[in-house]
Amino acid sequence: MTAAAAERPPRRPIRERLAGLLFVAPGVGWLAVFFLLPLVIVLIFSFGTKDPAGHVSLSHLGFQNYLQATRQEYVPAFFNSLRYSAITTVLSIVIGYPIAYWISRYGGRRKILLLILVMLPFWTSYLIRTYAWMIILRDNGVLNSILQTVGLTSEPIAILNTDFAVVLGMTYGFLPFAILPLFVSIDRMDHNLVQAARDLYANGRQAFLHVTLPITMPGIVAAALLTFIPAIGDYVTPDLLGGAQTTTIAKIVQVVFTSGRDWPYGSALGFLLMVLTLAGTFMALRTLRRETLGGG
Amino acid sequence: MNRDRNPWLTGLAVLTYAFLFAPIVVLIVFSFNASRRNFVWLGFTTDWYPRLFANTQLLDALSVTLRVALIAVIGATVLGSLLGLGLARLRFRGSGATETLILLPMITPEIIMGISLLIFFGQLFRQNGSIGQIGIAHITFCISYVAVVVRARALSLDSRLEEAARDLGASAWGAFRYVTLPLIAPAVAAGAMLSFALSFDDLIVTSFNAGVGSTTLPIFIYSAIKFGVTPQINAISTIIVLVVAVALMIAWRLGAFRGEERRPVAEGG
Repeated sequence: MTAAAAERPPRRPIRERLAGLLFVAPGVGWLAVFFLLPLVIVLIFSFGTKDPAGHVSLSHLGFQNYLQATRQEYVPAFFNSLRYSAITTVLSIVIGYPIAYWISRYGGRRKILLLILVMLPFWTSYLIRTYAWMIILRDNGVLNSILQTVGLTSEPIAILNTDFAVVLGMTYGFLPFAILPLFVSIDRMDHNLVQAARDLYANGRQAFLHVTLPITMPGIVAAALLTFIPAIGDYVTPDLLGGAQTTTIAKIVQVVFTSGRDWPYGSALGFLLMVLTLAGTFMALRTLRRETLGGG
Repeated sequence: MNRDRNPWLTGLAVLTYAFLFAPIVVLIVFSFNASRRNFVWLGFTTDWYPRLFANTQLLDALSVTLRVALIAVIGATVLGSLLGLGLARLRFRGSGATETLILLPMITPEIIMGISLLIFFGQLFRQNGSIGQIGIAHITFCISYVAVVVRARALSLDSRLEEAARDLGASAWGAFRYVTLPLIAPAVAAGAMLSFALSFDDLIVTSFNAGVGSTTLPIFIYSAIKFGVTPQINAISTIIVLVVAVALMIAWRLGAFRGEERRPVAEGG
């Protein structure tokens, strides 16, 4: 980016710069009104209270909603949110990396078609894909029928409504988000570097760990962000595949806003979720900076 | 150049494709299941498909979804393309802040955007959900994607092309209209397609901004799933999967994705 900025002429005529602002202003204005302003309102509400009539009152601002959110009974929900999204992120990268590498190295002229095939599930509704897993995982579903026919079990195993089902569903749902950035960074890599490492007597594992992995780290970080962020805010998968007893922060927020109507409390929970997400994002970006500085 | 293929890697890739497609195959197969409760295979039937077209609630939901998507695609494509172009073409005070502003909606969990717009419309405008409200919400989360795609394309263009047009006597508008615009058109189209897909599929943001009479297809499907699994849902899903697959294949045959295979045009010149 700095290179591009340097190539550009230092100053442009005033008229042209005004025209440029006309390009940017509508979008920025839209995001300020319909994105930033609502977020600020959520933040203010999170310090408010609910009056007996159910309306939001901002006359006694305080931290009571945050204190309520950190009570013992909500600890599992925070823990679940983090655990599900962290495991999903790791699994998506571990599963996504080999296939992204394979498409890039061996896809040849069919690379784009192979990528479209990966993206096809992504373009078909997330909800529908989660629903498909319900059919497969339920007690008398496809998987249990197969297990019983093969004779691995006589009684159906409970798979739906377990942590396993939630992580499976999320990994399935967000895997394409991981594969795409992984593919882009692997495909962009100059493979002669690996060859050079091999010529210098690195074995395959060493060449991968010390050349391929550091070079493709930006893709790994992007993949991690693109799976972690939707995973931590997802309430559909924990709800449909995790069942009623599985709680996550996103699920509690959803229930508070759709039925509980305690908006200030829901706002506080939502804001904590936002903080968790931003913390995860900044950690990922810092890792990226360290890796690129250390590996470069 | 191509060393011997690693059979383990190929095996893993095949398994991953199987993992990606198995649920979709199951979904399609079970849309032809005669059993109403849809657990066990009770025989082949195509009964569920004609029933879809008699289901007025479903057709209403589809019509709402398409109207919302139209609003989202037009709004986000216009605002996002302008934003992306502006960011690529000029450095101005606050352009760094603008770039952060564009990234923020992409790293905000959908549920936060959903509740913040719910509170915003509910408290400031006493609105309890409508097609327009969903449309505004969708434009908001689609703008960033369009802007990022268009910005990347505009940055890869050679600014000398537009300068050459100016040297040959074109006006600023003319150079933009006849040189820049055709060159970024594929990115604008990609942004519009992405917006459509995001809008059509969205459940979370939508569910907080929908009211009476603005039930979208994902909301309809979600409540149907919660109520009980029926092969009708499989039938709708099968149709959606097929439409998407056909659209992607047509786009591929037409070369819509070919830009990614080549280096940017301007770089060669």
